[in-house]
Amino acid sequence: MVSETIELRGHIIDSLILPKVLDQILTHGGNFKITEVQIGRKRADQSFARIEVSTQTGEALDELILRLRQQGAEVLERANAQLAPAPADGVFPPEFYVTTNQQTFVRFGGKEIDVTPAIINSAIAVDREKGSARAVKFFDVRKGDDIVVGHQGIRVVPVQRATTHTDPFQFINNVVDAEEPKSAIIREIAKELQRAHGTGGKIAVVAGPAIVRTGAGGHLVRLIEGGCIDRLFTGNAFAAYDVEHALFGTSLGLSPNVAIARGGHENHLRAINAIRDVGGIAAAVRQKVLTSGIMRACVEHDVDIVLIGAIGDEGPIPGVTTDVIECEKILRDKLGDVTHVMLLATLRYSLAIGAFLANNVKTVCVDINPPAVERAVERQPLQSIGLVTDVEPFLRELAGCLSESKLSQ
Amino acid sequence: MRELLLCPPDYYGIEYEINPWMSLARGAEAAIVKEQWKQLHATLSKLNCKVHLIAPQPRLPDMVFTANAGLTVGRQFIPSNFRHKERSGEQAFFVKWMEQHGYEVDWLPEKLYFEGEGDALFGSSEVLFCGYKFRSDIQSHSAIAEMLGCLVISVELVDPRFYHLDTCFCPLPDGGAFWFPDAFDEYGQRAIREHVTNLIDVAPEEAMHFSCNAVVIERDIVLPEGAPQLVSNLQKRGYLCHALPMSEFIKAGGACKCLTMFMPQRAALA
Repeated sequence: MVSETIELRGHIIDSLILPKVLDQILTHGGNFKITEVQIGRKRADQSFARIEVSTQTGEALDELILRLRQQGAEVLERANAQLAPAPADGVFPPEFYVTTNQQTFVRFGGKEIDVTPAIINSAIAVDREKGSARAVKFFDVRKGDDIVVGHQGIRVVPVQRATTHTDPFQFINNVVDAEEPKSAIIREIAKELQRAHGTGGKIAVVAGPAIVRTGAGGHLVRLIEGGCIDRLFTGNAFAAYDVEHALFGTSLGLSPNVAIARGGHENHLRAINAIRDVGGIAAAVRQKVLTSGIMRACVEHDVDIVLIGAIGDEGPIPGVTTDVIECEKILRDKLGDVTHVMLLATLRYSLAIGAFLANNVKTVCVDINPPAVERAVERQPLQSIGLVTDVEPFLRELAGCLSESKLSQ
Repeated sequence: MRELLLCPPDYYGIEYEINPWMSLARGAEAAIVKEQWKQLHATLSKLNCKVHLIAPQPRLPDMVFTANAGLTVGRQFIPSNFRHKERSGEQAFFVKWMEQHGYEVDWLPEKLYFEGEGDALFGSSEVLFCGYKFRSDIQSHSAIAEMLGCLVISVELVDPRFYHLDTCFCPLPDGGAFWFPDAFDEYGQRAIREHVTNLIDVAPEEAMHFSCNAVVIERDIVLPEGAPQLVSNLQKRGYLCHALPMSEFIKAGGACKCLTMFMPQRAALA
């Protein structure tokens, strides 16, 4: 959304200019917010209105403003954002503006520019020549880059509650507790994912090891095989347990099917070793070393696997990114076009990935730990659903709703 | 006694095209022009009016349309800022004449287009109706409201043939008015209906004869011929109509009212 503030003055009430202007804004696809109105008290007194006009595109706004000018609207001149050069690589100038995850516009050269991507805890670098603005992390900034300082010329647009349709994310908009029923909301989530799938949305899963350990891997595989998942973000442990389960039937020594499994905790190290031996997960699938499990399903169904490293990782499995800065770059890149994210049983990755999500990304968080759910959803108001539950029944029910036949519709 | 300002049509002619009525291929007949103007002058002079004349100027053919020179209230004269450069030369002559006759000139900001009585007509209740879009800017209306301290009702004109308010709206002293509604947008029509009682709608075929471009002096109405229906309606309201031939001026998009400026249109406002 782009916007301008206009002012109307004169006998705008008696002449019906104010209702005419508001009608014109709406009939030309815009929206308005009246920020100030002063109505004349005496007959000869003039009235005044200040109105924020917004449209989807800059072109639509220019066209609308041109019409409104004919009705006497004066466009309020807004100040440009202040810029200061970065003093060194990786260092922002003092007083640099810090982004939220809300859609943000910066006014430069008399025009508003959309800051992309809309991610939290970044500075804003303006490219004067291209007339573009991007959110930059410390590792992005180079000496001399033009960085926005102060708050002048910045406009932040929070996600608005939908008025045209019932959006389950906005309707629920809170956490479904452990003792509350979940089937209905899981059906709504399934419908939303189906709708997203059909309209070119990108669906990502951020997966914690509990998925494998609780025996929910098979349900996730159904979702992957149904073409419902575009990208999988997870860590070394998840991949290791999944491979272990595929090779030995256990995850971290436990089997969902057998009370006491043979091999114990050493199985996951043998699994990691097997993958290292063939050079990686994709190679293991190609060489038929890995013939089942979530990793295999991802490789065979072209689901992008993003493996993020952590201290204590065994191996790691080839493909795990262990450089923290490199991880951030990959996350920003791989999350840029994602429209829906399911954060499943992983507080660690939920919070890390949440830092790279724009506020309009719809988020489902499932965790058995209530504070983990609350922390994950609080960053995406009006866009998130949290469910306090074991991840296995959630995935089982979701996969049931999203059977392959439904997905192919 | 009402005082009026007219300009003899010595240099009048169709020399450019700045409205849909004007066509360089359809010039005005000089002899008929003179005759029609004389008839208007004579009619107004008989109606207990003092008619002043401003000297016409070469290369300013539309100076004959004095209503567009500005707006006079009491001894205050607000000169027009003409939209078209073809007419902007008229301003200096009118300002000089008004100053010489003791009027105080009150200027609008230069950037605001405003074409005088052509787009500004008082209703009976000290409400100034102002037209905008083709010639005057709506922004000029709030400036005028400020200068005069009165209520201004701004109405948008939507038909380029009726490019000035005085081509489609004529207030009457009884609080009513006659008008051609289709010349206004929906909001303008509503605003007029809210502020004017007893409106007389003029039929399209009669509006095309510039019937609304009339000079009202108390109970006498001087208007172009060709509007029998309107004349009949006005007579029923007790008005005496003087229908005059105006064919040569209509070729330039003007008629009786365009050829006449009130001095003043209203006495000073309280």
